[in-house]
Amino acid sequence: MAEQALRKAPLGGFHGGSAAAHVTAAGPASRLSLRAGTDAVTALSKALGLDLPTKPKTSASSDARHALWLGPDEWLLIDENGADLAALAAKADVLHSAVDVSHRNTAVLVAGTKAAAAIASASPHDLSPSVFPVGACARTVLGKIEVVIFRTGEQDYRVECWRSFAPYAFGLLAEGAEDAGL
Amino acid sequence: MSGANRIAGQGRLTPARTARFTFDGKSYEALEGDTVASALLANGVHLVGRSFKYHRPRGIVSAGPEEPNALIDVARDAARRQPNVRATVQEVFDGMKVTSQNRWPSLTFDVGGLNNLMSPFFAAGFYYKTFMWPKAAWEKVYEPVIRRAAGLGTAPTEEDPDHYANRYATCDVLVVGAGVAGLSAALAAAATGARVILCDEQPEVGGALHYDRSVTVDGKEGFVWAQEAAAKLAAMENVTVLSRTTAFGYYNHNFVGLVERVTDHVARPDRKAPRERLWQVRAKRVILATGAIERHMVFGNNDRPGIMLASAARTYLNHFGVAVGKKVAIYTANDSAYEAAFDLKRAGVQIAAIIDSRSKPGDAVLNEARSHGIEVLPGHSVVDTKGHRRVSSITVVRNGGGGKRSIAVDALLTSAGWTPSVHLFSQSRGKVAYNAETGQFLPGTYAQDCLSVGACNGTNGLQATIEEALAAGELMARATGNDGGEKVELRGENAFEWTGGMAGAAEGAGADTNVKAFIDFQNDVCAKDIRLAVREGMHSIEHIKRFTTNGMATDQGKLSNLHGLAIAAETLGREIPKVGLTTFRAPYTPVTFGTIINHSRGDLFDPARKTPMHAWEEAHGALFEDVGNWKRAWYYPRAGETMQEAVDRECRTVRAVAGVFDASTLGKIEVVGPDAAEFLNLMYTNAWDTLKPGRCRYGIMLREDGFVYDDGVVGRIAEDRFHVTTTTGGAPRVMNHMEDYLQTEFPHLKVWLTSTTEQWAVIAVQGPKAREIIAPLVEGIDISNEAFPHMSVREGKICGVPTRLFRMSFTGEAGYEVNVPADYGQAVWEAIWARAETLGACAYGTETMHVLRAEKGYIIVGQDTDGTVTPFDAGLAWAVSKKKTDFVGIRGLKRPDLVKEGRKQLVGLRTKDPKLVLEEGAQIVADPNQPMPMKMLGHVTSAYWSENCGHSIAFALVEGGHSRTGQTLYVPMPDRTVAVEVTDMVFIDKEGARLNG
Amino acid sequence: MLLIYCPYCEEERSELEFRHGGDAHIARPTNIADITDEEFAEFFFLRDNPKGLIFERWRHIHGCGRFFNAARDTVSDKFYASYKAGEPKPDLSAVHPATEKTVETYEATEGTAK
Ligand SMILES: [Zn+2]
Repeated sequence: MAEQALRKAPLGGFHGGSAAAHVTAAGPASRLSLRAGTDAVTALSKALGLDLPTKPKTSASSDARHALWLGPDEWLLIDENGADLAALAAKADVLHSAVDVSHRNTAVLVAGTKAAAAIASASPHDLSPSVFPVGACARTVLGKIEVVIFRTGEQDYRVECWRSFAPYAFGLLAEGAEDAGL
Repeated sequence: MSGANRIAGQGRLTPARTARFTFDGKSYEALEGDTVASALLANGVHLVGRSFKYHRPRGIVSAGPEEPNALIDVARDAARRQPNVRATVQEVFDGMKVTSQNRWPSLTFDVGGLNNLMSPFFAAGFYYKTFMWPKAAWEKVYEPVIRRAAGLGTAPTEEDPDHYANRYATCDVLVVGAGVAGLSAALAAAATGARVILCDEQPEVGGALHYDRSVTVDGKEGFVWAQEAAAKLAAMENVTVLSRTTAFGYYNHNFVGLVERVTDHVARPDRKAPRERLWQVRAKRVILATGAIERHMVFGNNDRPGIMLASAARTYLNHFGVAVGKKVAIYTANDSAYEAAFDLKRAGVQIAAIIDSRSKPGDAVLNEARSHGIEVLPGHSVVDTKGHRRVSSITVVRNGGGGKRSIAVDALLTSAGWTPSVHLFSQSRGKVAYNAETGQFLPGTYAQDCLSVGACNGTNGLQATIEEALAAGELMARATGNDGGEKVELRGENAFEWTGGMAGAAEGAGADTNVKAFIDFQNDVCAKDIRLAVREGMHSIEHIKRFTTNGMATDQGKLSNLHGLAIAAETLGREIPKVGLTTFRAPYTPVTFGTIINHSRGDLFDPARKTPMHAWEEAHGALFEDVGNWKRAWYYPRAGETMQEAVDRECRTVRAVAGVFDASTLGKIEVVGPDAAEFLNLMYTNAWDTLKPGRCRYGIMLREDGFVYDDGVVGRIAEDRFHVTTTTGGAPRVMNHMEDYLQTEFPHLKVWLTSTTEQWAVIAVQGPKAREIIAPLVEGIDISNEAFPHMSVREGKICGVPTRLFRMSFTGEAGYEVNVPADYGQAVWEAIWARAETLGACAYGTETMHVLRAEKGYIIVGQDTDGTVTPFDAGLAWAVSKKKTDFVGIRGLKRPDLVKEGRKQLVGLRTKDPKLVLEEGAQIVADPNQPMPMKMLGHVTSAYWSENCGHSIAFALVEGGHSRTGQTLYVPMPDRTVAVEVTDMVFIDKEGARLNG
Repeated sequence: MLLIYCPYCEEERSELEFRHGGDAHIARPTNIADITDEEFAEFFFLRDNPKGLIFERWRHIHGCGRFFNAARDTVSDKFYASYKAGEPKPDLSAVHPATEKTVETYEATEGTAK
């Protein structure tokens, strides 16, 4: 019987930025790429314990679990407690696709008075409060990579990206945070 | 002492705050807030450069970004050096080193000045005509000489140590320019609650208020009001005020590029601060308040140092406290220049005369001049000047002849009128319209959601400008849905209304003359050059521009365009609008490369993608190769091994024992849904409904035209779930290709695609001992040969974590690909490696992978295929279903050209000399002795030394290749011709027995 | 850089989030295996490249991921409509006047000041 393999996060312990915009690596989480038609939303919401959002750019959160609208039939589910989301979704007896992407993605957290400016150093997405309030989320670009930006608080953002892009995303955000903090 | 020409009590700089800088090695004192130009003028330095073509001595012409002459080299230290900086824009900081350009050996004695004497030979179009013949001389003589002589500054040779930033911004209203008009517009827009960005290229807002001291707004001196207004705006939460920020480009859909100069004016900058910051602004509405640029008068020898624009002299006096001369004359065709005389006179400077080419100047200014006791010469012109390093006298004549006299001066201020700055409007694709009454090109038809206000819109008069700007600000803000706030009202007063203006050559520089009357100072274009261009047959302004290079220098003809156009129109006998204005293009003023690339340098130039096992590979001596953005372990040399020795060892070890390989970069797509098999049937040439869960199949994907697009192994995890793999480089485009068909052609299919490339770390274990290596680590999967044959997939656990275990091979050996969630990749790899090392296996990289797959005849899409290869050409006919009635590419495959004889087909090659390895890309011919150009039959796509075969191996695309087996062909190389034999593509284990071992 | 309205996200986004997808409303023949060479050429190779109004595909690839169609003027780059894949071509005769007289060269278009 082999020893249990240990998990190694792609951005373990990274932190940087400035006083006005801290940039840190998020802790591990379980994630699910969920795809389904509108007719399956109610059953899946019940199974997952939160109402899957159906409006563009919106999210729903319950405890440490978040469902982010990414497209008309697509959600990114994040559970910061590491729940087995695919197993939960499987309880809904409706047509859907649930694919575990817990290890595909990682996240960088940007927090502070200049957090939005730090992200705007590399992303063209409009983060103004009027169009991107707390709870808003969107897939967009950051420099040369694709990210999902999730506004978790007035001055808090979670930037999800694929794991091999994480050092690049972190570097860009840290540099942007330094500039935003000047 | 900050210069002998600084006048006490004049200007807005603080006398106590000084800074020292050097110009051509000599130290000067400046005041904080000085530009290099104002500081040099304060110190009596007018000669600052040599002209581009004739190397004529040149001075400072303007006080702003339109400056054509005063281009300097500015250095902070050895690495921080920037050529071609406009002295009229660059602020002085303590310790800066300024050097003049385009002169050798020195500014005051310049060998290139001989060009001036030779100028009859340097007429317009000279380059095009002189260097045409003989052809050979171009490369050897003309070009090197021209290259040495041409260009303005010299490029820095050291790497730029500064960094640059970027900021995307969105706003309701972007206001470009913070003079009276821009500030008024911003105040009105901001009052509604709209998100406003106001930018101005100068360190302080105010625009023309820098020089125009006769203006008051709300009872305050204009410049003072401007600072207060900007402070008020900056304090508002919905407003961003950016100074030292130039809007350089106006692109589609109200996308405007700004460059903010952050530290270039600071003596000891915060090293965390970027040198410059790019702002990429998307505005719902744009208000252009870019003002107008004064034109110079065009007459003989109008380019001597000491001759400058009237408004520039006012700026130097009223803002910087510097008198540009002790005895100054004014030559004008419009009223505004009179105010320069009044200001200077009040400051105690002697005014020699005002020469007005108009016979009837405006009454108000004329009366005021007389009350000052200034001699005014209406209906007169300046036709020549004298003075070597600075103007010393001017020659004045009465228009139409007579009255010739010489007037001693040490500065001459000229004004031919004002050119509205429609650059950004024109860049926005708006169409300008010519106003014959004022002789101005003004915004005509708008192409985007923007408005021009103030001088750039041809609006005259202060109150009219304010009212127009306030209305525009409010209108634009309300159009973006902001309806708060109270109406803003402002009251402005100014001393004089300005009339007059002319374009083109003045008296004495007309069609019958041969004087050097410069219109474009930077490119040394004279009025007569325009006429020559017309005589030589250039009738379009675009042709005249290119023939004469008028307006093609770094200042893009901000002073010269209208003059050139007017002269062309006169020579052609056509009206100005019929000749047309050349198009304004971005950038408005030069932008540094650093700003354009901003964060994209060093580690942030491009993402470097690393697999979960990268750190282990690095620690174990792997060298890496770039595959797309991925860093892939290439080979693992041991101490003293060459690359070839390392690869040979890895190749031997894999076939003799086993090897461990990081295959994580392979693209992976999870295809889920009840119609998953049907969808894959359409996307691949193979049949997928027949594949049982737990089994895998190699699939080929075509484009609709029938050519191979990608390939990979697909495993069926469950009835409704497939694990698709793609090539490393093909992952994103395959995903897009599949999404395209799914969403737009086959939307009825119930199936979803998810990229899982990075969810899984993939560890390939290949070789006779592969099973022995992984066996003790695997739980819940019977990996015996019988239960888990070649091309199978199972889910279970390895090292206690979930795995999708594939039995598959890209080496021809029995092997496995262990997929584990990526964060476990390194730990599982280490566990497998511990076993592998004990059993004598090796870690191997992509080079060995390439050799091993080639030994087995496995192709690499993108290396052995190039987008013109069908599955039949590649010898993969077996993978194309003959039963299916549809798949992407099914019709393309039947196109006449794709089925005809003689297509290039993939074959194996063996060199007659077994030790010799061919070069990839080398051409292949049938007869090496045929006359040139030889008939090429194809080319080598892959070539390696095969340690396992004991000879070199290669693949090639060869015309009719499949029917040439056994033929001898030739590969001509520079040093020899290599004979090769055409073979099949499998060099090892032709019957495939090892796969099932 | 263009600003493009995504009919699924229901707002305008930067061009950086999108990928162009060629002409719209070209359906892949359902009997594609049986069509003639000429029909295949018409379907796959031949495009009009109009000056003026064009109906084209875009994918909001770095957004919602959806393909959709848009009507754009190739001269001004103005978008007249964005609509979901599968929806019919909108009638734009009211908002998009017939293209003006043909101008021969780029410089003529760019350089002519009226
Ligand atoms: Zn969208």
